[in-house]
Amino acid sequence: MIPPTATPAATRITRPPGALVIEIEGVTKLYKMGAETIHALRGVSLKIHRNEYLAIMGPSGSGKSTLMNMLGCLDTPTAGRYEFNRKNVATMGDDELADIRNREIGFVFQTFNLLPRSDALHNVELPLIYAGLGKSGRLDKARRALENVGLGQRMGHKPNELSGGQRQRVAIARALVNDPSIILADEPTGNLDSKTGEEIMALFEQLYAQGNTIIVVTHEEDIARHARRIVRLRDGLIESDKPVE
Amino acid sequence: MRGRFIFSVLWPACLIVAALTGAAWLVGWLVKADPWLVSLCGGTALASFAAALLFGICDYGWGVFWPELTESLAISAAQVAANKLRSALTALGVIIGIVAVTLMGTAILGIDAGVERSLSGFGDDVLYVSKWPWRNVQDWWNFRNRRDIRIDYVEPVTAAIAERPEGPLKLAVPSVYWSANVIRGEYRVSNVSILGTSSELPYLVKSDMKEGRFFTEVEARGGRNVVVIGYDIADALFPNESPLDKTIRIRSQQYTVVGVAARQGSFLGMFSWDSVVIMPVDAFTRSFPIRWADPTIRVQVDMARLDEAKEELRSIMRRVRGLGPEQKDDFEINSQQVIRDQIDPIKANIAIGGFFITGLALFVGAIGIMNITSVSVKERTKEIGTRKALGARRRTILLQFLIEAVSICVLGGVGGLALAWGLSAAVGALLPSFPLVFSAALVVLGLAISVVTGVLSGFMPALQASKLDPVVALRYE
Ligand SMILES: Nc1ncnc2c1ncn2[C@@H]1O[C@H](COP(=O)(O)OP(=O)(O)OP(=O)(O)O)[C@@H](O)[C@H]1O
Ligand SMILES: [Mg+2]
Repeated sequence: MIPPTATPAATRITRPPGALVIEIEGVTKLYKMGAETIHALRGVSLKIHRNEYLAIMGPSGSGKSTLMNMLGCLDTPTAGRYEFNRKNVATMGDDELADIRNREIGFVFQTFNLLPRSDALHNVELPLIYAGLGKSGRLDKARRALENVGLGQRMGHKPNELSGGQRQRVAIARALVNDPSIILADEPTGNLDSKTGEEIMALFEQLYAQGNTIIVVTHEEDIARHARRIVRLRDGLIESDKPVE
Repeated sequence: MRGRFIFSVLWPACLIVAALTGAAWLVGWLVKADPWLVSLCGGTALASFAAALLFGICDYGWGVFWPELTESLAISAAQVAANKLRSALTALGVIIGIVAVTLMGTAILGIDAGVERSLSGFGDDVLYVSKWPWRNVQDWWNFRNRRDIRIDYVEPVTAAIAERPEGPLKLAVPSVYWSANVIRGEYRVSNVSILGTSSELPYLVKSDMKEGRFFTEVEARGGRNVVVIGYDIADALFPNESPLDKTIRIRSQQYTVVGVAARQGSFLGMFSWDSVVIMPVDAFTRSFPIRWADPTIRVQVDMARLDEAKEELRSIMRRVRGLGPEQKDDFEINSQQVIRDQIDPIKANIAIGGFFITGLALFVGAIGIMNITSVSVKERTKEIGTRKALGARRRTILLQFLIEAVSICVLGGVGGLALAWGLSAAVGALLPSFPLVFSAALVVLGLAISVVTGVLSGFMPALQASKLDPVVALRYE
């Protein structure tokens, strides 16, 4: 069940934006390194709606990952306002943030970040364990998520028995399994060759078509072109924010 | 209810209370403290352990707790399997600790059982009037110069008892001891305790007859050469036949065996009916110098009125001995309590030594566990970041590493229990007279100690892991 490798252009659909999911305003992030202060973000404002497919671009060190971690509730801004589903993140406790990451956000990392000793199925099951789902429901959903990314035959494989592309598919299935509001992928193709990268982007295209909201960080124009909207960062500021023609 | 802050404080607090009261219970139980206090501690320990479980589950919510628990168990099993040597070495401290505590427990229980068994043979409710006190004395010359106790004191004491049937004294019986060889044909047993007494001894002692009977009053008064022999003596002299109505020789006299006492068992050379020959006093005097045979009057008393009994016996004896009001007692009233009092410090010493070794070993083990958990946290920093990104709460991470620490401790605990069981079985095989008692309570205790050690030693590194900033953890290389 390998997903279609047809050219994205042929199947490209664009859905109208839905409800507001993320709204940040004037967000800054400072890192103190001894006497020196690093401004990773200098005041970023952004609105992201359901059904959007967004690419964040920019040179190395421009603050892409910092912004992404902020959007994913892994990190908190030094200043500025962040509302997720119209709720102020700054007022949330640790457990509430964990629950948002668990239910509302699906992370995909450049380095896959799979648990090395667990097989694909268990890796995908993990967010459901944290969600407190029963065993049979968990296995059911995890299997369906793996089938959806074309890995129905590889469920019992450990990460080291899978190719890079397959590992990233497992990671994507894991991000999807809890039906999150939004999928955040930080350089998901950064550790893959260009052909495998294209396959992963085709998978994102399919997921977008299925109704998911996606944000991808990349510094490759080819990858960014798959999105419907591109936000460019430079030195911690938004340089441009345009839809893709 | 899930995730309320109060619960996340309550369950560790309850666990600590459980650990402390549990330790108090153990100490109290071993040194035989006030039983009310001991059971209070034990009850508190159990209750707070249950409360800790309950609050812990409230804290998590059952639906989250159970899958996370099984997940954490699976992880720690994999961790232990992947680092066998490291885990085994770390568990060593716990193993030694558990071996020490269980062996100490077995020894103390064993001593208790042995002493009780030996003492119960005497009869619990008996006072012993003799020249020497049973406790150790420095000024022995003061006692040596006392007049001898004469066994015919039994008569005035018996008369006094008969005068006051409602009094605390019930029955007086004489006893004299000598050690001699007992011979029957080819067979011979050396250094047997020969006890001379009256036909009423069976009312005093808690020992049944295996076969035959005790000698009668008529036989006793006539000073007939009849004996009752202990189980081991019978076994040694009459390996394949009944000793009844057969004769044995002690010194130049022949004695007819009229009864064999039931088996009592012995303990570290303490007195046991199994290796005694009992005969009437008048038969005893024909062979042995009664003056040197530690003549003693055994008096059965009402245990509920022990102090009164002692006082009454004392005044009777003073009258019998013709002591003036200004003269000191020149006899001793002994009781088994003296023996128990001598055993207690031995037990206390074993307990102190055992606790010291246990504490030391567990301390070393705990540091090892703390270290291995820290290493495990370091090694898996990135994994912790990933888990947090996927929605693991702080306490989920805490639980995961706690379970890992506890698993290793319990593994060590089980190993230690197995080792201790093997050791006590070996000791039991080599020294059958030492009654080792390896009880289920010790197993529960050993496991509880392992769990508590695991929780206490794993807590700090697990807490650090749970507090890791997810971004920092994810960036960790
Ligand atoms: N924990 C940190 N401590 C100090 N400085 C940091 C930290 N994290 C990020 N920075 C700094 O913040 C800036 C933005 O970093 P960020 O990782 O967001 O860049 P990026 O756009 O993702 O770069 P790349 O494309 O190389 O991944 C950089 O200058 C970086 O050095
Ligand atoms: Mg980056």
